[in-house]
Amino acid sequence: MAVTKGEFFTLLGPSGCGKTTLLRLIAGLELPDSGSIFLGGQDVTNIPANKRQVNTVFQSYALFPHLNVTENIAFGLKARKVDLSLAKTKVERMLETLSLDGLGRRFPHQLSGGQKQRVALARALVNEPDVLLLDEPMSALDPHLRTQVQSELLDLHRKIDTTFIMVTHDQGEAMFMGGHLAVMKDGQMIQMGTPREVYSRPKNKFVAEFLWGANILPATRDGDMMITTLGPLKTADQVQWIQGHLAIRPELIVLGEGPNLGQGNYVKAKVIQTIYRGPSVELLLDPGPVKVVTSPRFNPQPGETVSLFIPPADLVALEDQAA
Amino acid sequence: MTRGLPRALVAYSCLILLYLPCLAVAAFSVNKARFGLNWKGFTLMWYQKLFENEIIFEAAVNSLILAAISTVIATVIGTALALGLERTAWPKNALRLFETVVNIPVVIPDIIMAVALVFAFSFLKRLSSVFELGMGALIIAHVTFQISFVTLVVRGRLASLNPETREAAIDLFASRIYHFRRVTFPLILPGVMTGAMLAFTLSLDDFIISFFIHGPESVTLPIYIFSSLKRGLTPETNALSTVISLFTVILALLAERLTRVKANS
Repeated sequence: MAVTKGEFFTLLGPSGCGKTTLLRLIAGLELPDSGSIFLGGQDVTNIPANKRQVNTVFQSYALFPHLNVTENIAFGLKARKVDLSLAKTKVERMLETLSLDGLGRRFPHQLSGGQKQRVALARALVNEPDVLLLDEPMSALDPHLRTQVQSELLDLHRKIDTTFIMVTHDQGEAMFMGGHLAVMKDGQMIQMGTPREVYSRPKNKFVAEFLWGANILPATRDGDMMITTLGPLKTADQVQWIQGHLAIRPELIVLGEGPNLGQGNYVKAKVIQTIYRGPSVELLLDPGPVKVVTSPRFNPQPGETVSLFIPPADLVALEDQAA
Repeated sequence: MTRGLPRALVAYSCLILLYLPCLAVAAFSVNKARFGLNWKGFTLMWYQKLFENEIIFEAAVNSLILAAISTVIATVIGTALALGLERTAWPKNALRLFETVVNIPVVIPDIIMAVALVFAFSFLKRLSSVFELGMGALIIAHVTFQISFVTLVVRGRLASLNPETREAAIDLFASRIYHFRRVTFPLILPGVMTGAMLAFTLSLDDFIISFFIHGPESVTLPIYIFSSLKRGLTPETNALSTVISLFTVILALLAERLTRVKANS
């Protein structure tokens, strides 16, 4: 796995998938049994955590409760015996960058969740690390604060030009950050790419389902036709297997008979359930069950038969062979 | 709310029951009567006599020296022990064994501890004169039981620290020593102080172990009070007990205050 300098990279995966462990390995807080870690071309695998040019924002922020905000931020500089007046200017600049002006004398227990997070960021960034590691930085925040803090984090990344590596289990958050992301499972990196690549071209069932649940269709290949429960379908992908799986995003299925009629990939299905979500309507269809997300203009009733167009370009052939 | 009154009544009754003996001693320490339980008027005469009594003064000095020195030693060793137990990846069984060993002095009856110490010292004094009955031996004896209490309190404090704080310090380039000096120690200091205060009061208070270990030159206050009782209860003893109680109460309040202030942060 490689991360480009200056990038906002995200490690995404369900809890227990090893993403935090990977982060701790990069920080040097844990040592690998095998493999190596390179930083700017230099092998740092055996360099202890307190000598690595890498700093971490911990999940609990781990601010020092007995030190005030300024002392917390200055901790790393003092530990490395940075010249006092230089350290002072750096800390002040950091307080300003993270809009913490005037909070320098407060103690961690006097800060709100968002402020604590910014102190944790400042405390790490003041050391001008090669890489900033963020371990689920939003998990301790109120949900309504998260979107705001996510934008702030992106702004900060744009401003300071440091490599950020963030761990999260929240797909939306990983997408929002926009940089490359790696999906992990059971300690393995499953797929890496831009949010668009990973979302629209999932490599296997796990990725397809973990990112907002695509429809997974078991299929048998017959020439270039895929025989599925919905009927014979065409895909634009190269298919390697005889029996395997296809994935189609619920919102990429086109409801109704459009201008593509006659080009194939039209199927009929019966509505089992209609869920009105407001911005969209969600249909559960038989056979399948196949999920379709479409405009709230549509309002088919359960029992009704609808026709669907499945664009061949959006029908993804997954790597998984038949189970 | 209707239950408020009886509940308060029970609470106050318990408090009175707890402190009545102490209050009685305090009351009789300012009673003019030399004998008996009759109130003969207020006086501070017994306190004056108390402070003029050189034997008592010497016993008080002995007690304070013993408590101070043993507390310092026990606090250092006890804190180191707590750090060693909490911050080392011991195998589970080893840790359980260590914990039991550390806790034994807390639960073992004083009298057994005392006999064991006398026994041990009678052997050890062949190696060094420190173990001859007297102040040196008293200090060692007190340290042996104080360590357990200090370790218990400091370990509790260590366990309550956020483990990520320690990793944060390492991540921020701190060496082990720097991390201990700037993070761990300031954070466990309230626990260390509480442990020290506890050790100090335990030492001041100890009678049984001191009784077995002391020499003719190292009579402590509890031993003095015990031997003076054999000659009959005097108002002077009452005055002395009141002074010691007050001193202990002040220490306890101080310890409580220290932990409360730090618990906020």
